Amino acid sequence: MSQTHRAEPAEDAPLVIDVHGLTKSFGATTVVDGIDMQVREGEIYGFLGPNGSGKTTTIRMLCGLLTPDAGSGTCLGHDIITESGRIKLKVGYMTQRFSLYEDLSIRENLAFVASIYGLKKPRQAVRETLEKLGLETRANQLAGALSGGWKQRLALAAAIMHQPKLLLLDEPTAGVDPKARREFWDEIHQLADNGLTVLVSTHYMDEAERCHKICYLAYGKLLARGTVNEVIRQSGLVTWLVSGNSQRRINRLARDLAGRSGVEMVAPFGATLHVSGANDNALQNAISPFRGDADLAWRKVEPTLEDVFIHMMQSASDNFG
Amino acid sequence: MTARFSLFRLGAMIRKEFIQMRRDRLTFAMMIGVPVMQLVLFGYAINSDPKHLPTAIFAQDHSVFTRSIVKGMENSDYFDVVALPETAEEADDLIRTGEVQFVLQIPPDFSRELQRGQRPELLLDADATDPAATGNAVNGIQLLAAQVLNRDFEGPLATLKPRPDPVNLIVHRRYNAEGRTELNIVPGLIGVILTMTMIIFTALAMTRETERGTMENLLTMPVRPFEVMLGKILPYIIIGYIQTAVVLAAAYWLFEVPMTGSLGLLSFVLFFFVAANLAVGFTFSTLARNQLQAVQMTIFFFLPSILLSGFMFPFRGMPVWAQWIGEVLPLTHFLRIVRGILLKGNGMTEIAPDLLALLAFLTAVSIISLNRYRQTLD
Repeated sequence: MSQTHRAEPAEDAPLVIDVHGLTKSFGATTVVDGIDMQVREGEIYGFLGPNGSGKTTTIRMLCGLLTPDAGSGTCLGHDIITESGRIKLKVGYMTQRFSLYEDLSIRENLAFVASIYGLKKPRQAVRETLEKLGLETRANQLAGALSGGWKQRLALAAAIMHQPKLLLLDEPTAGVDPKARREFWDEIHQLADNGLTVLVSTHYMDEAERCHKICYLAYGKLLARGTVNEVIRQSGLVTWLVSGNSQRRINRLARDLAGRSGVEMVAPFGATLHVSGANDNALQNAISPFRGDADLAWRKVEPTLEDVFIHMMQSASDNFG
Repeated sequence: MTARFSLFRLGAMIRKEFIQMRRDRLTFAMMIGVPVMQLVLFGYAINSDPKHLPTAIFAQDHSVFTRSIVKGMENSDYFDVVALPETAEEADDLIRTGEVQFVLQIPPDFSRELQRGQRPELLLDADATDPAATGNAVNGIQLLAAQVLNRDFEGPLATLKPRPDPVNLIVHRRYNAEGRTELNIVPGLIGVILTMTMIIFTALAMTRETERGTMENLLTMPVRPFEVMLGKILPYIIIGYIQTAVVLAAAYWLFEVPMTGSLGLLSFVLFFFVAANLAVGFTFSTLARNQLQAVQMTIFFFLPSILLSGFMFPFRGMPVWAQWIGEVLPLTHFLRIVRGILLKGNGMTEIAPDLLALLAFLTAVSIISLNRYRQTLD
């Protein structure tokens, strides 16, 4: 995707989130298992992982909605266990599900948030937010009547009204169309440029690539972290891109390769095939019988983030699942 | 740092609650509809002293005495003579099919035996499946038999006249001389209506936040549990006063309930009673996972309240264990207070024990609910 690369925050920027060994269980299941996480000021930190991997639970522990069973740390310099009251004042949290009042109008919702945070000039804050959203003319509509994209924009506006230092976004763009998604991310980058730290969970690879740093969570464990390139490199995954002269040839190759030792993933991308494995030699051995085929062109490429994530998901399910 | 308590935040909560209340048509209709419906049903439809009950007279003796008895029964409000069966089977049929409530049997030799002073038997068959429906009528006929025949005992029969009781017993029915059921029911309705609606409203208002996911947002904001609780309770206290005003107005103008005592004192007590019910609703909302469960819990509380408080059945008629349960319920104490103030003209001194009981209940439930309210999603 075309993206505007913005300056990454300095490596010595102060830590906004600094937690160690965060653990949370519900009954017998450990949902989050000993997570360490450091996020620097001004960073956009992507939080990735399959459904049920513990992303939402981790975010909730960071803003004091859940008490960790074990672990410690600080958020904006305040202890996450004993000072959640202080953290709440400086954090904006946008929940996965729309959690403003659907039976209140847009204006009433914003006014409620402004008063609860005790903003000095609540009316002015509401007016400015409405202007920024471009919703002045629809301010008296019920929030429940808004489309998904508008609900998301309203929720974001409400979450940053009190000018938080840290923004927690839990799958903010689920069910939102691509244009609205693009605009949403442009705004996130703008906010980060002004010094706001953003932690955002997502399923979308293009969104992950727009983050300064990412981490990958599966089965409650943190499996990888760093910049996108670092995560790809650390994975040790080797990927071959195969193109063929016919779709049928490619399809047959996919069937032949699947399940061979050394081949971990065979993923079709249109008329090409991504063949990946963690062990370079084993993968070479597995594909060598097909290398000589004149109908196929083989090329070693950098794995995509998606390849890496699917690889991590599979090996995680082998280890912990 | 967030202040421990902020009137500003409380104001925001209350404003929000009022807006939501206004938009929720069904709840709004319930606030006014429930009192009006209960007033009409309980005030006009319920009567624990039914009159004009259908009666059959199976007379095997047609004498002046029989005619006097029939006449006397018809003149009393309790009996309407609707059938004169010829045979015992016919009379039995009438009572079995429920066509009549009573069958009075006058035996063949009634007048002869009466004149001989042999104390003949008069048999009143009553359909006593519902004791409340027959009780007063049965008491009535005992007096009636003696009175109507009295007039016929003249001349040689004068010796049959019943002798007067050695004691002249005077019954003085205070506070409700005519024994009108409405005087008991309608003031009590204030308590019943408030118990029903107040608990349901708060329980729903809170569980709705959880169910719709807005609770998560509310919890991330710097609003205190006490502010949330008060913000949910105060608007409904106002609604409670409006409902009470509706019932009191109806009580005064439609049912002619006397307002003997101080309405100011009643309003004062009302505050604590409404708050006690709201605290119960709030507690339920911290236990219920969804709105349906909240409604179910409300029914569990409402049922003993209406049955054991003395609203429907005499409190002193209940076994001791039931009275103890009744003593715990706020409605029991409120009923005594509201009937005391309106009918008996009670003042602070007389209602103090019940008011204290209400306060104790309110305090206990508030503590439970504040402890149950979680500031986290744990």
